[in-house]
Amino acid sequence: MNVLLILPMLIPLLTASLALLAWNHPRLQRGLSVFGAASLLGAAIALLTVVWSDGIQVTQGGNWPAPFGITIISDLFSAIMVGLTGIIGLSVVLYSLVSIDPARESFGFHPLIHVLLMGVCGAFLTGDIFNLYVWFEVLLIASFVLLALGGERAQMEGAIKYVTLNLLSSAIFLAAIGLLYGEAGTLNMADLAIRLGNSDRQGLTTALAMLFLVAFGIKAAIFPLFFWLPASYHTPPVVISTIFAALLTKVGVYSLIRVFTLMFTQDTALTHTLILVIAGFTMVTGVLGAIAQVEFRRLLSFLIVCEIGFLLMGLGIFTPLGLAGSVFFMIHAIISMSALFLLSGLTERICHTFNLKQMGGLYHSYPALAVLFLVPALGLAGLPPMAGFFAKVTLLQAAIEVESYTIVIVALVVSLLVLVAIARVWNEAFWKNPPDDIAGLVGRPGALQVSGARLIPLLLPVVTLASLTLIMGIAAEAILAIAMDAGEQLMNPSGYIQAVLGGQQ
Amino acid sequence: MELVAAVLAGFVIAPFVPWIRRAGRDYTGWIIALVPLFICVYLATLIGPIADGETRRVSYDWIPSLHINLSFYVDGLSLAFGLLISGIGALIMVYAGGYLKGHHHLGRLYAYLLMFMGSMLGIVLADNIITLFVFWELTSITSYLLIGFNHHEAKARSAALQALVVTVLGGQLMLGGLLILGYVSGSYELTEILTQGDMLREHSLYVPILLLILAGAFTKSAQVPFHFWLPGAMEAPTPVSAYLHSATMVKAGVYVLARFHPALGGTDLWTIILVTAGGLTMIVGAYLAFPQSDLKRVLAYSTVSALGTLVLLIGIGTERAIEGAVVFLLVHSLYKGALFLVAGIIDHGTGTRDINMLGGLRKAMPITAVVAGLAALSMAGLPPMFGFIGKELVYDALVEESGFVPRFVAGITVAANILLLVIAGIVGIGPFFGRNRDTPEHPHEAPPSLLTGPAVLAGLGLAIGLIPTLFIGSLIQPATQAILGDPVAISISLWHGFNPALALSAITVGVGVGIYFGRGRLRPIALQIYDWRWYGPERAFPRIMEGLDSIALTQTRLLQSGFLRYYLLTIIITTVAVVSYPLFGRGELFDRPDFGDVRFYEIGLGVLLLMAAFQAARSNSRLGAIAALGVVGYGVALIYIFYGAPDLAMTQVLVETLMVVLLVLVFYRLPRYVQRSTRGNQVRDAIVALTAGGMMTALILASLSFEDRTTISAYFDENSVPLAHGRNIVNVILVDFRALDTLGEITVLAVAAAGVFALLRLRLAEPQDEEADRGA
Repeated sequence: MNVLLILPMLIPLLTASLALLAWNHPRLQRGLSVFGAASLLGAAIALLTVVWSDGIQVTQGGNWPAPFGITIISDLFSAIMVGLTGIIGLSVVLYSLVSIDPARESFGFHPLIHVLLMGVCGAFLTGDIFNLYVWFEVLLIASFVLLALGGERAQMEGAIKYVTLNLLSSAIFLAAIGLLYGEAGTLNMADLAIRLGNSDRQGLTTALAMLFLVAFGIKAAIFPLFFWLPASYHTPPVVISTIFAALLTKVGVYSLIRVFTLMFTQDTALTHTLILVIAGFTMVTGVLGAIAQVEFRRLLSFLIVCEIGFLLMGLGIFTPLGLAGSVFFMIHAIISMSALFLLSGLTERICHTFNLKQMGGLYHSYPALAVLFLVPALGLAGLPPMAGFFAKVTLLQAAIEVESYTIVIVALVVSLLVLVAIARVWNEAFWKNPPDDIAGLVGRPGALQVSGARLIPLLLPVVTLASLTLIMGIAAEAILAIAMDAGEQLMNPSGYIQAVLGGQQ
Repeated sequence: MELVAAVLAGFVIAPFVPWIRRAGRDYTGWIIALVPLFICVYLATLIGPIADGETRRVSYDWIPSLHINLSFYVDGLSLAFGLLISGIGALIMVYAGGYLKGHHHLGRLYAYLLMFMGSMLGIVLADNIITLFVFWELTSITSYLLIGFNHHEAKARSAALQALVVTVLGGQLMLGGLLILGYVSGSYELTEILTQGDMLREHSLYVPILLLILAGAFTKSAQVPFHFWLPGAMEAPTPVSAYLHSATMVKAGVYVLARFHPALGGTDLWTIILVTAGGLTMIVGAYLAFPQSDLKRVLAYSTVSALGTLVLLIGIGTERAIEGAVVFLLVHSLYKGALFLVAGIIDHGTGTRDINMLGGLRKAMPITAVVAGLAALSMAGLPPMFGFIGKELVYDALVEESGFVPRFVAGITVAANILLLVIAGIVGIGPFFGRNRDTPEHPHEAPPSLLTGPAVLAGLGLAIGLIPTLFIGSLIQPATQAILGDPVAISISLWHGFNPALALSAITVGVGVGIYFGRGRLRPIALQIYDWRWYGPERAFPRIMEGLDSIALTQTRLLQSGFLRYYLLTIIITTVAVVSYPLFGRGELFDRPDFGDVRFYEIGLGVLLLMAAFQAARSNSRLGAIAALGVVGYGVALIYIFYGAPDLAMTQVLVETLMVVLLVLVFYRLPRYVQRSTRGNQVRDAIVALTAGGMMTALILASLSFEDRTTISAYFDENSVPLAHGRNIVNVILVDFRALDTLGEITVLAVAAAGVFALLRLRLAEPQDEEADRGA
């Protein structure tokens, strides 16, 4: 039993349970929540360190031998994802201390956040396709309740679309698992990899692969399945938007990368080419959607869709460098996007709106805030020296090496369009003079509505995440070193299979 | 090491500007000017060694995984650029302090200028092409922030955006070109790429590489049709215009062309594109400059013209032409920087930049008048200024070759130079002579901080003109050699003897002076033709941006319609499409059909289920639909019994019963059911539903026709009792073999319960402005 593999699920579960027990004690809940999130980050870092130095870590649930029980496994990709979950979890919990309203807090905000974190970590760590489905359910129900919590009209509209489309995804996912079991007779992903590899039914296998592509594609918000995301992300409080923006779609992308590197690699000429095409369309529709927005968070939501395209690009290219690019881009996208979502909360506090037309004057009065926006935002547009640029260069180099020049040009032009969207935010919210109705508010002391020590939980996460996008750019080699290894592991799944099944194969 | 420090100094010091400003007060400009000054002095120490044929290169690993190194390289070309950037940089820092004395955002201006200078040095000193690109994009960003310095004005904001979009468009394309270039040549270091010219020019990817890199160079260096952003950039404060948009940044594109000349230059394609674009830009810029009345816009368009001249010369690519390009580059930076700064002084001193409102300033501003006169003489290409040498060399390079095209180009060049001479008079002489006019402010001479810069630049133009030999061997020859990639011998002097170039000069001066004195009548005519620009890229740009907006809006409204039913339809149709293609396209679907042992009661049940499902879908009452669904549920339970799973059947019956009861209870409170779908919609939905159902059926049949499989369930069968000590296999699977799944599902139920409680109890007040989920 490898405890490190269990902790990322156990810590949030315990935190959520204890917080539930402390239902009527908000202060205690907050303390538990921060402690739990910090412990999760600690455990995640420990896991990443061990996987990085000792290789893939495996443990079998209940000590039942694979493929009969449930395998818990972490390769570098999983460990990186869990690490990112830890960072985002702590950032969001800290930010929520000041920003979440007491009503939501007293109706289970903290337990729900930790259930969500547990679901996310479980999805990253499981080696069993049905267990993956279970974790999807956990994070779906937790995210649905978080989304609907408060019952505002816009929230409900978003939540209904969110839950309907995601349930459709779950149904497809479940059907796909059933059919897959019918074909291969197993649920363990490593075992599936072997059995599918030996299968002579390529048409059926590829058709099942397509079902998974759709099921995970809905979760990942790819073209043309992304509708639930821009319909819902701008409706709940900022912290909830942030954790969704950072993690939910990424679980979908993670699952796509996992099954299309481990299990469905028999027909890459069809499957991975299709993924590359989808990647291009996802980038383009996402960024065009962003350009059409005047609501800050909705604009960012469409940019998430755009980023998903870049994440898929590496999978479509399907080389070690391409997958390393996807992993690097994943790190960049999660950090940058959460920085910007949290920042949108700060600007909302000052301007009392997310509508860009009704914002203004931030550059004049808040130079530090302007830097906090500009750094991750320019990184999102793939401009140097932020991490986004080097992640993009990794993907472009990989694409050029396999001579997929179309996607190179698409990615470059999309970067420019992202910059146009970003420049619109900058122009409206930062450069323009504030409209008359808020002119008195912007620049007034205490505009953030909190002061003194209470500013720390509000600002610390934004500053940390925004700085990280720059630091990870300048120190890109450190990130790349690990991303390259992760890409190698993904491209050569024999190590993964060996770790799960040992000598049985 | 010193090279890295020189490049990074600006970035390191920029964050400390607020403190420097607090300590330095009104002398901040002089203090900050020390940074570029030190760099300039350091680079000057390299003049000797470089002239002796040495080069300097340092390289540190930065991101070796992507072949990105922090490598810098100095040869004649980078040194000439580096000296310009740091030298003019020092003068600009001093000038900006005087020009924007006491301005609220002066600190930010200095921070941006320092970062810009570092980036610019990075471009010209980088050996690694990705590192070069990193700095390239940084100049675009700092330029954006500087053009939008007066950010409360809508004009400044849109000019900044325009410049950003145009330059970054080119930048992105250039990135593609550089990456392909690196891939093809197997190295991202310029020093290695430049030795592979013969291979590159023959390579099948040569054309895309060249076009992509040219896209970057042409947008940055404002070549037609991308020239329009540069006059717009005049919204920036004057020191910024002088530094970025005349002396340095806009020359980055020219630098890239010169730098890549040994690797990519010399082909027909190269020559045709560069000569066409350069020649066109040269004449269009000069022509558009003529009718302007804003001093800065006159200068901006004449800068466009000069950039065209440089591109033209590099395109021609002969020894004489490259030599002319290097000399003209220096000449232009000196006089144009000086004239921009003079324009700033005039603006500062009189409150206007409109040339129709300026005249007779020489009495009030005598020193400025002398400085402006010297710069104007150099711009006009008159002896004894450096500008004369530059123009002679350009002419020399053009008359060297015979044939129609070179003659034609030479003719255009003479025409452009005539116009530039007129413009030199308009900006450098006109405001200071003639009668006094009323200006918004009473004219006064500028303080030393404003005069230092232009005086030094104009003085250098005179000094080099008088003693050109000082600079030939030390700067011009090494730079020319670096561009050509071969050793050259150069001789330059003020007096070349009587030759065709001198004759062209005489024509230029004669016609130019004539036009200058007739400008009162000619400019209105030119102004009418100037209005044609509205059919050019200047009008196209906003159109393109509006087009982009409307495409974005249309596609987003189409996809993100706000209607859940369309979302569902899209997803289902997509699923059917992507699954059916491999399923039916591979011809192996029903190769083992096996319906032999289907029993009659199974068929009967199947028919019942189908009918119930159909009734549920078409029912017009909720209760009827629920009842029909209940039939489906119990039917499924029956199937479980047929296949020997009584415990599953029991669960199914319980769930189904509970579901029907709950639904009836809930629906009792809902308003009456209303049929909203049209007949057509119903047919459409039915077709989609049947297709999706058919596809799933086919999938299941295909999956089941797979024989001889071994499943993991055998293991559960065998080990349930001996190892897990349980007789009910399903129970053992749930609580032991796959206990983690159950833990997850319990969590789901707990959260669902908490969620229902919270949703029922917590109703927050409605905020006012809600954004619906509709396109935008």
